[in-house]
Amino acid sequence: MADQGKVDPMHQFEVQKMFDMFHVGNHEVAFTTSALWMVIAGLLLWVFMIGGMKRQLVPGRWQVAVEGFTGFISGMMNANIGPEGRKYTPYVFSLFMFILMLNVLGLMPFGLFGLHPFTVTSHFAITGVLAILSFAIVLIVGFWRHGFHFFSLFVPHGTPIWLMWLIPVIELVSFLVRPFSLALRLFVAMTAGHVLMKVFASFIIDGIAAGPAIGIGVGLPSMALMIGISGLELLVAGIQAYVFALLTSLYLNDAINLH
Amino acid sequence: MPQISQFAESWYAASQIFWVLLTFGFVFFVIGRGMLPKIEATVDARDRKVADDLAAAKAAHAAADSLEESYRQQSDASRAAAQKAVTDAKDKAAKDAEKRLAKVDAELADKLAAAESDIGAARTSAMAEIEAVAAEAAGDLVAKLSGVKVAAADAKAAVKAVLHG
Repeated sequence: MADQGKVDPMHQFEVQKMFDMFHVGNHEVAFTTSALWMVIAGLLLWVFMIGGMKRQLVPGRWQVAVEGFTGFISGMMNANIGPEGRKYTPYVFSLFMFILMLNVLGLMPFGLFGLHPFTVTSHFAITGVLAILSFAIVLIVGFWRHGFHFFSLFVPHGTPIWLMWLIPVIELVSFLVRPFSLALRLFVAMTAGHVLMKVFASFIIDGIAAGPAIGIGVGLPSMALMIGISGLELLVAGIQAYVFALLTSLYLNDAINLH
Repeated sequence: MPQISQFAESWYAASQIFWVLLTFGFVFFVIGRGMLPKIEATVDARDRKVADDLAAAKAAHAAADSLEESYRQQSDASRAAAQKAVTDAKDKAAKDAEKRLAKVDAELADKLAAAESDIGAARTSAMAEIEAVAAEAAGDLVAKLSGVKVAAADAKAAVKAVLHG
């Protein structure tokens, strides 16, 4: 009886196995709900981008939308890195669009149609892989372009000699923290937002179940708040994708231009 | 928190990592590497075309301006030339008239002088004839009245004394 009607805000984050595929060692690789949403996001993104491939001199609406996204990212790369940043635009663009699509898909009310929406980016395993990928690219680019001179990144310009024992250590720590902050920021923002929405949704349900007085007193304000929070979460979905891409571009700038 | 507790399940991490790498790989290679450069090329081509067209328009504007300027200069120059031609013609006409007038004046003066000298000569010759006639007449008169023949030279001298006082 206690379990009935109780909304578990964490249940939405559970990945369900859909079918088994193959084994790697003693690890099993399965097709999961998470995988399904990633495949859907990739395909939607592909369809969206096809609309931008008409390559007309005077673009239509769809082409303008696609060119808006590509222009946004290439402008960001140009501003943060310079002309050399163009080479890395495909990676940052893919990252931004993939994360944005996953964030937004997780917010869509597919539950109304009986589907089980799932936010892939609310999983540390996913954001961690993307963050490690970005960090690895920064390391590879840095060492490939500058060799061991890349370590000068840990000694900022104008560091006084008597602080040489401290500043590089702080810089090194802040550098090593990057992949974790990158992964945790996205994962925490998505998880927190969805938990918040689930909690307010349960307020509405429980309020209505507790009778008309509490339904109006608690349910209605919760509903109003829920509408606002939904809008806010859409904003967060965009901002977190942007922050991930922006920080990746800034880290790449460190690796390319060494401050 | 399933994000952490599910790591305990043997399929969770492997499936998540496999699928994120696969789908993100698709996004990166097909969309990022395959489609994005073409879209960027389209945008770049458009930007370049717009810049080129603007530059061409600016150049045409400048050309039109310089053409107008040269036209104005030309018309100014031709107006000045016309004015100069008019004043030259006026000057020349005035000078010609002056010259012709002077010539006519000189001719008239010459004619006047010739006429005056002719008159002078006629007068002296007439005077001389009158003297001769008067001397003859005086000689005849004296001969008729007194029967004395007067020498022609004497008569002439007497007439001359009377005529000239």
